[in-house]
Amino acid sequence: MTGAQIVLECLKKEGVSVIFGYPGATIAPFYDALVCDGSIRHVLVRQEQNAGHAASGYSRASGEVGVCCTTSGPGATNLITGLATAYMDSIPMVALTGQVRSDLLGRDVFQEADITGACEPFTKHSYLATDTQELPTIIKEAFHIASTGRPGPVLIDLPQDTLEREFEGEFVYPDSVDIIGYKPRTKGHTLQIKRAVEAIAQAKCPVICAGGGVVSAQSRRELLRFAEKLDIPVVSTLMGVGMMPTEHPLYMGMLGTHGIYSANYAIHHADLVILCGARVGDRAMSKPDQIAGKAQIIHIDIDPAEIGKNMKADIPIVGDIKNVLKNITEKSEELKHTEWVTDLQQRKAEHTPVFTSIPGQVDPRNFMRTLSEMVSKRSKAILVADVGENQIWSANNFAFRGGRFLTSGGLGTMGYSLGAAIGAKLAKPARQVFAVCGDGSFQMMMCELATAKQHDIPVKVVIMENNRLGMVRELQDKLYGGRYSGVMLDGSPDFVKLAQAYGIPAEAISEDADVESAIDRMISSERPYVLVCKVAAEIPSRQED
Amino acid sequence: MRYIITVLVQNHYGVLSKVSGLIARRGFNIESLAVGVTENPDISRMTIVTDCDENGIEQVEKQLNKLIPTIKVKVLEAGAYIARELTMVKVSCNAKTRPEIMDLAEIMRARIIDVTATSMTLELTDTNTRTENFIALLKPFGIKELVRTGISAIELGANTTKK
Repeated sequence: MTGAQIVLECLKKEGVSVIFGYPGATIAPFYDALVCDGSIRHVLVRQEQNAGHAASGYSRASGEVGVCCTTSGPGATNLITGLATAYMDSIPMVALTGQVRSDLLGRDVFQEADITGACEPFTKHSYLATDTQELPTIIKEAFHIASTGRPGPVLIDLPQDTLEREFEGEFVYPDSVDIIGYKPRTKGHTLQIKRAVEAIAQAKCPVICAGGGVVSAQSRRELLRFAEKLDIPVVSTLMGVGMMPTEHPLYMGMLGTHGIYSANYAIHHADLVILCGARVGDRAMSKPDQIAGKAQIIHIDIDPAEIGKNMKADIPIVGDIKNVLKNITEKSEELKHTEWVTDLQQRKAEHTPVFTSIPGQVDPRNFMRTLSEMVSKRSKAILVADVGENQIWSANNFAFRGGRFLTSGGLGTMGYSLGAAIGAKLAKPARQVFAVCGDGSFQMMMCELATAKQHDIPVKVVIMENNRLGMVRELQDKLYGGRYSGVMLDGSPDFVKLAQAYGIPAEAISEDADVESAIDRMISSERPYVLVCKVAAEIPSRQED
Repeated sequence: MRYIITVLVQNHYGVLSKVSGLIARRGFNIESLAVGVTENPDISRMTIVTDCDENGIEQVEKQLNKLIPTIKVKVLEAGAYIARELTMVKVSCNAKTRPEIMDLAEIMRARIIDVTATSMTLELTDTNTRTENFIALLKPFGIKELVRTGISAIELGANTTKK
């Protein structure tokens, strides 16, 4: 067998059923093996970055390692944003890149790029596989590293000769890995768990802050039991949205600069904050010292480096959230924080704004509310939000009842949603998958409509069209005296006609009254679909000003 | 505060760039970094000297630990190690200054490793403070070139840094 066939066999052993990619000369041996074998589906994207986003969406929806593949040079450098996006959100992925023949490395030959070097800051680990014999070990390790501990993308750079060379001896895929310096800790320290149980028992106003770690650890149920048994209100970061049912009486919403009042009130008036897989990013907590000044902090994270990085922790617990939450819940007595919870519930109710419809435009916040009402009856929908105002409208107004919210929370990559939605839909074909974006982000990824069309992946794209880069415009309003610089999207095409040019059904709406029937048509369609909402430029990202 | 960190890493292609890249992008300040293979040829040891606060050193340690090829990270405790640095200095000299430099070398326990009509090269293996002192004393003669390896350190007593 050739190296390329070995790579393919290893992927099959890992249970890979779909690869998102874009071929080229150096990766051609692998593509040949792929087509000759025929058991792994290849989804051709239209730009390599989106292969990364699609693998990310696939991984997040399935809980498995997403796989993407590109050629050397520009193929690989285009993928970098995809990898960086996954890295910041701790998404398990394996990326295969072609590379020039190993005897030509370092000579600046055609389509050569030092991709392992370039991706150093954006990958959990990387390999330059110059030895065909090492391929099984490398691939086994890569999948292990990507999916364990704090998950993340792993890059395997494959020089063409590694793929072409014959593998000597019998192919055996290793059963286990032994990486001397990599033994992630999953069980929380008993003493720290005991301290946490005591601190929680004594707290009068505790609050749980659920971050992306809750999602990675697939610990939605453990979080719910923990919060309910101990009667502790929950706020979430952008990455944690959807883990607590939005309408749950203990859920106080998303916190941070773009969060809602009740969530921010809760975190700033708590006497105990339990951070669960949240890295205290500046968008979630811009002044962590203020919070830590008033409250005791319990910080649970599988990555020891996150504890104490942005906020001091009184009780650090390194471990898998699922284990740790289960442990704390079991060891704790039932608690009641009626006064604290009621106070927060009242504040949440008082600060839930009603958005009045304005003729000639769709209110994106009302749209998201209606969409969530309409889809929850049908399936546990997956909502992929892009980056910009659309991300905040989605996070704050779509009510999750068991569905999922996927977005580029860490890197804030515009153009994430369509690729990620394509990946998510392939992972969960029975679920409705929506990509919500702005007209700015859509134009960064609209080439992927062809991918959805070609492979018949029925994702639903909602474009909030306001002819502006709204989030930047808000910033310019606030900090630059309303001097709008480079934020007008004049010259944009008619998105309905564009979608139709791809053979994808589409329509545009400009009245709140039309929302329901339009959503109905979109959901009923069994094909990819584009729904354009004409949105007024003045509608802010924040719920309240 | 000045800290000495000793790091055991897998002796692989690209590991040095992984470590130095991490240190640079996390904004840690490095005074010196010395690398060499250990008694086990599969493992290298890096000795890193950094100047940071208590919070900073905790982060350096944790971030280094996150790298997959990292086997062990240890921040050496003040007073519990011996640290040395190798320095080679090429100084200008003439018939008049040569004996003075030789005197200095003798007092500082430096070796003279090369001599020409107009220059002398001295080698010193010593602590950081004594090395600085040595360099300051040589300065008036005119330092033509200075080469330092950075600090290597080993723990005092029977303790070792091992996995």
